[in-house]
Amino acid sequence: MKIGKEFYRGFIKENPVFVLLLGMCPTLGVTGTAVNGLGMGLATTAVLIGSNMVISLLKNLIPEKVRIPVFIVVIASFVTIIELTMAAYLPDLNDQLGLFIPLIVVNCIILGRAEAFASKNGVGASILDGVVMGLGFAFALTLLGSVREILGFGSIFGIKFVAEEASTMLLFILPPGAFISLGILTAAINKLSMKKG
Amino acid sequence: MEYLIIIIGAIFVNNIVLVQFLGICPFLGVSTKISTATGMSAAVMFVMTLATIVTYLAQTLILDPLHIEFMRTVTFILVIAALVQMVELIMKKVSPPLYQALGVFLPLITTNCAIMGVAILVIKKDFGLAESVVFAIATAIGFAIALIVFAGIREKLDLLDVPEAMKGAPIALITAGLLSLAFMGFSGMV
Repeated sequence: MKIGKEFYRGFIKENPVFVLLLGMCPTLGVTGTAVNGLGMGLATTAVLIGSNMVISLLKNLIPEKVRIPVFIVVIASFVTIIELTMAAYLPDLNDQLGLFIPLIVVNCIILGRAEAFASKNGVGASILDGVVMGLGFAFALTLLGSVREILGFGSIFGIKFVAEEASTMLLFILPPGAFISLGILTAAINKLSMKKG
Repeated sequence: MEYLIIIIGAIFVNNIVLVQFLGICPFLGVSTKISTATGMSAAVMFVMTLATIVTYLAQTLILDPLHIEFMRTVTFILVIAALVQMVELIMKKVSPPLYQALGVFLPLITTNCAIMGVAILVIKKDFGLAESVVFAIATAIGFAIALIVFAGIREKLDLLDVPEAMKGAPIALITAGLLSLAFMGFSGMV
């Protein structure tokens, strides 16, 4: 039951994107399609789980004063691992995401979780936190990617459901569409949580 | 001519915030007042130019000769973090008024992806040192224009009667969308 509650926390209540507004650059930059959103979300999740695990293991060895540089090196190492792995096995996705893969290192969610959670809690709890928060982030990116792909291309996960020559709202694939869709999605989530609370 | 294309391209056509989506955190975070937006822009311009020079040298003098290009992410983030810290210390000592004006923004800049983004972009685009510096300055000007215009709009936005659920981030994002739409008008210029 506790795990269910944790997932609710990561996906809805403390969703990194919709509620905390962290990690906005990849959120807006790579969500042209659902697949890209999901890929970016999962890559970030992998880094987050790895860094949370290592940091919680090392938490008693890291001197208080230099903890931020140490966290950054741990995170950057995991980003490098993901970068090289993706370049080897998923070259297409890697090209699509481009600059945003190395930039996972400056994603505030990861450093935020390291500082707020992993450096104070045990390994198991930190890994679970990484999974939950990472998947919450992936969920937000996939949702935004799906909305933009449906409106902009008339397809979902690459499967087209409108006629080939049908005109779609290309605006949603272009940069302005990213801002507008995310704005409307956050407003919808605000509305829902206001009704509840 | 070549430099002019780099400058126009970086400021308007591929605006770092509104088209490339880098540096969105400060764009949304410190854009509620024009004065803070100006301070942040100045700090970003300073650090972005310095960081691009230093990371460019790190890449060409250390990583390339040793063939350890895969260390780029780790190296760049450490160099940028150390540089920001150093700038902060020097500024505090040498020019307290400048520190007063820009100091609060400096720690935020380490995690500003625009800095790291530009550092990586100039390597990917195969720029020389002079081109890299021009590109960094132009990009920072583009950042400043977007941030200050956006802050100006947001100051007015405070006076409007916005629906409850749209208050704060949602309406800011939609405003940014309209601004981005305006910048789309520059595409195809270069």
